[in-house]
Amino acid sequence: MLVLIPLAAVLITAADGGWGAFWDTVTSVQTASALRLTVGEALIVTVINVVMGTALAWVLVRDRFFGKRALDVVIDVPFALPTIVAGLVLLSLYGPKSPINVNVANTRTAVFLAIAFVTLPFVVRTTQPVLEALERDVEEAAASLGATRLTTFRRVILPALVPAIAAGAALSFARAISEYGSLVLLSGNLPNRTEVASVRMLSYLENGDQAGAASVAAILLVVALLVIVGLDLLQRRMARRGE
Amino acid sequence: MSIKVSNITKTYGDFVALDNVSVDLPTGQLTALLGPSGGGKSTLLRIIAGLESADTGQVNIEGTEATHLPPQKRNVGFVFQHYAAFKHMSVAKNIAFGLEIRKRSKDEIAQRVDELLELVHLSQFATRLPSQLSGGQRQRMALARALAVEPTVLLLDEPFGALDAKVRKELREWLRRLHDEVNVTTVFVTHDQEEALEVADEIVVINEGRIEQIGTPDELYDAPANDFVMSFLGPTTLIDGKLYRPHDIEVFTHPGIAGSLPARIVRELRVGFEVRLTVELLDAAHEEITVTVTRATQRSLGLRDGIDVWLSPTHGAVPSMGAVV
Repeated sequence: MLVLIPLAAVLITAADGGWGAFWDTVTSVQTASALRLTVGEALIVTVINVVMGTALAWVLVRDRFFGKRALDVVIDVPFALPTIVAGLVLLSLYGPKSPINVNVANTRTAVFLAIAFVTLPFVVRTTQPVLEALERDVEEAAASLGATRLTTFRRVILPALVPAIAAGAALSFARAISEYGSLVLLSGNLPNRTEVASVRMLSYLENGDQAGAASVAAILLVVALLVIVGLDLLQRRMARRGE
Repeated sequence: MSIKVSNITKTYGDFVALDNVSVDLPTGQLTALLGPSGGGKSTLLRIIAGLESADTGQVNIEGTEATHLPPQKRNVGFVFQHYAAFKHMSVAKNIAFGLEIRKRSKDEIAQRVDELLELVHLSQFATRLPSQLSGGQRQRMALARALAVEPTVLLLDEPFGALDAKVRKELREWLRRLHDEVNVTTVFVTHDQEEALEVADEIVVINEGRIEQIGTPDELYDAPANDFVMSFLGPTTLIDGKLYRPHDIEVFTHPGIAGSLPARIVRELRVGFEVRLTVELLDAAHEEITVTVTRATQRSLGLRDGIDVWLSPTHGAVPSMGAVV
């Protein structure tokens, strides 16, 4: 109920002006472009997080190197920073006054970087404990049965990690489509170019169009739901394939 | 043909796990590596399997020089103490794993898996997940999985160590019968002397990285090479600087037997059919000796706390000839 009531409220508000108004809102050039940008970037970032996050978790659990403990702590920084602080950090680093001479302000790269920055910890943090709990003798058993390291990873380790990776990916995606604070400074919020859905919603609200904002929210809600269900199906299929 | 291990040394930092160990494990036999925890027996087994590499020395498996072969190429079946089950795979899929790696045909795999399920009495559990099995069933599955690839040797690392006493006893009898049926060269590690004595054709006693003795269970029990082997294989008690088995000492309620020692019973403890008496010698040192008698003997002689007795090693008892422990 705690979850369903607010969700229902958003859908009801979205339906305020009837189907026609809803459709007009979400297909208006500026809004549709913001939605496309948001969902597209979120998908790309999530895919990258799945690969990088798993690799990072692997390195943190299995490898020994100087600064490992420090890296383990640093991973959490995007979690810990208030998003607007993250936005400020990114603006100082990648903005017009960049100390490393990388200026991506007001571009789609800025949106990508901001989302990637704040969602980095999710897959790492969900996968790491599962990887730690994996028994080494299971891998040794696979090796003594003739499996190469790659086969062992694909058939024994990965199926054990998939639920954790999928959970991390769902969290990461959900965070990515809702991100506001960290990208609002660097992206410039240029209509049709770097404006994301959450910024678009805010401008609807600022113009007193609550139904418009709710319409965008409803779309995000449906997309999030689809992705979470999709990940769940994918995870089930992967688990079966490992059998 | 056999498993030949020559001059193996393995150290972890300052700790010497194996110190120049050589042993020949004959083909077709069931051999136990017996010894206390941390004595090096598991390390030796893992070196034979290729899961661990020795600092120096050679491993030869059935005529194949295997020292530098990776575990994948050794054709060794390995069974772990904690089952090492592939948790997301069904029992049948677990058993089929090695065959699938070897790219056998679907029909052949299905047939072989059926045979093995039959062999380990798990046919009705083929589609279950390992988590739905008991410990004993899981270990039988692990054994079938290891046997599926028709290994040259089967290595078991404390295979029954995680099971409760009753299942452990059942499984070791079953392992003995299975070995007689399948007849693959088998080496298992255990710290349980009863398990080794009951199951193995030959026992290799390993302690502190060295081999103490190699022999059949009878040889080891009747003629232990030293005090360590003697005390590891069963209870002992010390008389005149020699180790005896507590049941190899006869108790008399009267003096007069040549060489018998006067003593007094200070404690008695009954465990099932046997009675363990703690006896104090009436000499200057007041040494305490443990003597085991049957319940019947205790009754007929009226042995109890505080009475004086005379002790004499049973005719035919073999004391360990080693030094005082």
